[in-house]
Amino acid sequence: MRRPRYHANLCAYVCIPMRPGEEWVAFKMAERGGRGSGGHGSLDKSITLPPDEIFRNLENAKRFAIDIGGSLTKLAYYSTVQHKVARVRSFDHSGKDIENEPLYEITVQEEITARLHFIKFENTYIETCLDFIKDHLVNTETKVIKATGGGAYKFKDLIEKKLGLKVDKEDVMTCLIKGCNFVLRNIPHEVFAYQKDSDTEFRFQTNDPNIFPYLLVNIGSGVSIVKVETEDKFEWIGGSSIGGGTFWGLGALLTKTKKFDELLQLASKGQHTNVDMLVKDVYGGAYQTLGLSGNLIASSFGKSTTADKEFSKEDMAKSLLHMISNDIGQLACLYAKLHNLEKIYFGGFFIRGHPVTMRTITYSINFFSKGEVQALFLRHEGYLGAIGAFLKGAEQDNPNQYSWGENYAGSSGLMSTSPDVYPMQRTRSGTFDMLEMDRLERPLVNLPLLKDPSTYIPDTVDLTDDAMARKYWLTCFEEALDGVAKRAAASQPDSMDALERAEKFRQKYWNKLQTLRQQPFAYGTLTVRSLLDTREHCLNEFNFPDPYSKIKQKENGIALKCFHSVIESLDSLDWEERQFALVKGLLAGNVFDWGAKAVSDVLESEPQFGFEEAKSKLQERPWLQDSYNQWLERLKEGPPHKCALIFTDNSGIDIILGVFPFVRELLSRGTEVILACNSGPALNDVTYSESLIVTERIAAMDPIIQSALKEEKLLLVQTGSSSPCLDLSRLDKGLAVLVRERKTDLVIIEGMGRAIHTNYYAAFKCESLKLAVIKNSWLADRLGGKIFSVIFKYEVPCQ
Amino acid sequence: MPAFIQMGSEKHFSSLHTTLCATGGGAYKFEQDFLTMGDLQLCKLDELDCLIKGVLYIDSVGFNGHSECYYFENPTDAERCQKLPFNLENPYPLLLVNIGSGVSILAVYSKENYKRVTGTSLGGGTFFGLCCLLTGCSTFEEALEMASRGDSTKVDKLVRDIYGGDYERFGLPGWAVASSFGNMMSKEKRDSVSKEDLAKATLITITNNIGSIARMCALNENINRVVFVGNFLRINTISMRLLAYALDYWSKGQLKALFLEHE
Repeated sequence: MRRPRYHANLCAYVCIPMRPGEEWVAFKMAERGGRGSGGHGSLDKSITLPPDEIFRNLENAKRFAIDIGGSLTKLAYYSTVQHKVARVRSFDHSGKDIENEPLYEITVQEEITARLHFIKFENTYIETCLDFIKDHLVNTETKVIKATGGGAYKFKDLIEKKLGLKVDKEDVMTCLIKGCNFVLRNIPHEVFAYQKDSDTEFRFQTNDPNIFPYLLVNIGSGVSIVKVETEDKFEWIGGSSIGGGTFWGLGALLTKTKKFDELLQLASKGQHTNVDMLVKDVYGGAYQTLGLSGNLIASSFGKSTTADKEFSKEDMAKSLLHMISNDIGQLACLYAKLHNLEKIYFGGFFIRGHPVTMRTITYSINFFSKGEVQALFLRHEGYLGAIGAFLKGAEQDNPNQYSWGENYAGSSGLMSTSPDVYPMQRTRSGTFDMLEMDRLERPLVNLPLLKDPSTYIPDTVDLTDDAMARKYWLTCFEEALDGVAKRAAASQPDSMDALERAEKFRQKYWNKLQTLRQQPFAYGTLTVRSLLDTREHCLNEFNFPDPYSKIKQKENGIALKCFHSVIESLDSLDWEERQFALVKGLLAGNVFDWGAKAVSDVLESEPQFGFEEAKSKLQERPWLQDSYNQWLERLKEGPPHKCALIFTDNSGIDIILGVFPFVRELLSRGTEVILACNSGPALNDVTYSESLIVTERIAAMDPIIQSALKEEKLLLVQTGSSSPCLDLSRLDKGLAVLVRERKTDLVIIEGMGRAIHTNYYAAFKCESLKLAVIKNSWLADRLGGKIFSVIFKYEVPCQ
Repeated sequence: MPAFIQMGSEKHFSSLHTTLCATGGGAYKFEQDFLTMGDLQLCKLDELDCLIKGVLYIDSVGFNGHSECYYFENPTDAERCQKLPFNLENPYPLLLVNIGSGVSILAVYSKENYKRVTGTSLGGGTFFGLCCLLTGCSTFEEALEMASRGDSTKVDKLVRDIYGGDYERFGLPGWAVASSFGNMMSKEKRDSVSKEDLAKATLITITNNIGSIARMCALNENINRVVFVGNFLRINTISMRLLAYALDYWSKGQLKALFLEHE
């Protein structure tokens, strides 16, 4: 199902909501009749602004910036978004009947967060868009709009007249580089290499924490080559006049084709060998003495040195494309070599989302660097100028001191408007493309215990790479969607519009899944994590901040009641038996995971499915991954660990009956424990604020936990994440500081999301323990096991 | 070429000699033809070997007592620019840029020690080929002649066309070409340029690009003398002056462009 806005020719209206909440009003702009409306048919300005989707949150918008290029306008603004968050608060239990009271109170509150909006549209629509913005801009504080790009001059008067804002121009290159630094720092999988002829066209790169130095080759009408050394230090080191404008201008002369996109289209169909003189045309074969292949171009347009032969448009366009791409690639390599730089990012309208040019540039870089340098591209390259201009205007807000996260619900994804992906859209290459970024409450950094942060990849399976796995997981998420929507609606029984919002959520996530089927590369590497995160973003979008809050509350209450007896039975065991029982408890607790379909089926039909039954479901040893003996040996023979960092998983039985007894044992051994829980809700995972209450209640029952809390030997921290998976390269800075301070020497990760879908192969500087129960039969099968197979992976770094 | 082979065959060259020394790409391409039609064995000499020996030989012989090698003094100043002899007694190391239909760039360290640094397919053939397509001309001389009467600034987009003057942030002068053929993106401008303008822009584009690549190679190889040779420069003063100018300007006088009288 494609959205109506893509059917440009069927829809001759611009639909714009006049006021939030009011009826949509349709403006008739241009008829483009399928039945011979003739005359003005060439002016296709028809467009539908989908409700709630474009220019969102304008009411609170401030700090506008605009980047107007040759054909596309990019608008940026900052706004505050009000959305609901679930909060938990401990009851005062004194003098109350604790037995029948819930453990804590859940309230839904309004929270205000900051969001950056970036919208890209064709210059054709600029007037309509400016009118729309003017009508919705309530905030009167805004006085200026930062502007950059060649078109900023051309449209200055229009912007000032329409918006009543003063246009403040910023240098194009400065904006570009500021924007580039920002996306490199804040957006995972921003960078990719392009490989047309492999199964995965887009190979996303892991984020190197050291983004500098790099070379930015901007291919606009000409080429600028800029060396960027630090946030503020960059230098124009060279350029070339042979760029996008040469392709376009010369191409238009040679082929009488006016549009850039059409020229590229021609080029992709042509044969350059009809126009170019190859080495073999000169030498009859390869030029052996110099090792030049016969297929190498000896002279671009070398065969057209005659007045009496006709050449096809396609062939000439192709030859021109090769000539220009090769030339740029060669210069880029020469500059990279001279300045000893390895990272070269390409951008500018010549590149922007065009597989054809990314391919030829990649080829050229490979050829001229002999494979030593890789041509790199950026997912949000088109937004760099707008982002940079925005940042220039927002300097007083210090946007660089925060971490930002790409909001998958509000962002269109790579190539959303590419004619190569949507051939239906041939007539219009760029409708509305969006990027939204949320300001995260806390800065995120690498876990200091990662062995090599620059090569760390959180995700175990790359679904962009693995078509089988991709199909399975997309289907899996599709099948689970109705249930998720139902549970979301059920989580807010008092809300009038919960059903309606749940349906909107369902529709939105369904559409995302369909997009990802077509374009698995839309948001970087497709992974189970990204699918889960996208779902969380979509749930938040429609104000379902924590659909599991009540279930978690109930489970926590039930589990707490069992805590005492579990501890008692553990304490009655001898040391070795107890170690095994603790590990089994940890694993059994992990079976309770609302995120896995198999378990949610059981839990919904058999609410009594208890801790003991969970244990009986576990695979018998030897487990699928079994280094328990080494772990036991380590506990027996080695000194106690100094400090253990534990990433928790589920609420209820998992944390209370699985993790806490384990923590208690570690504390008894003299090991300090840092318990890290998610900052925000994700599925039934225990959140930081829930963990505070749970711990307080356990401390009241257990003197070991109580004194550890008091003496700060048990520390509760938040991860900075709201994902059911775990990206160790983006963790709360406070956690990282604590980990270093306490000289943490053991990392424990539990659960499928954190220890299998992610971090299965993560390598640490210290000992690590990864444990999980595989609750998905397909995944179990893949790993060579059965459902409820156990992963117990204890690793010691080789010295 | 087939006519030459035919002639050789008719005149029985093979009875006089059995081998013919030959160089150039065609030596490879036509080898079989020489053998079958003309009964001549080609002694193929490597083109680049020959080129380097030639350059050094010509210079050692001199040109009527004058130095074979010359350069342009004050290339950035149209008034004071003049051709002056250059003494190539100590030729090494030098960067040799051979502009034929394509371009080969060699770093020469001694008579025997040289390497091909790189090359580009944007060479004389590209200039001539594009000119044929854009202007309908049929000879190289005609293309050059048209170029000499054209104005490339109508075709190219200059820095000042974009920024109104110099782009100071990056130290780019307003007269520099920002985008070759950049003005041709606009239909009105496409309709208002002459064939001569197009020929000139093509010449400037190709020449500047060769200069730029040569300059980068010289920097990477740490060589400061660049000798430009090849068919493309024959009767092509515009390109020679432009190369001299571009090399001098962009290297801030560090690099010198040299040319040969009898290349």
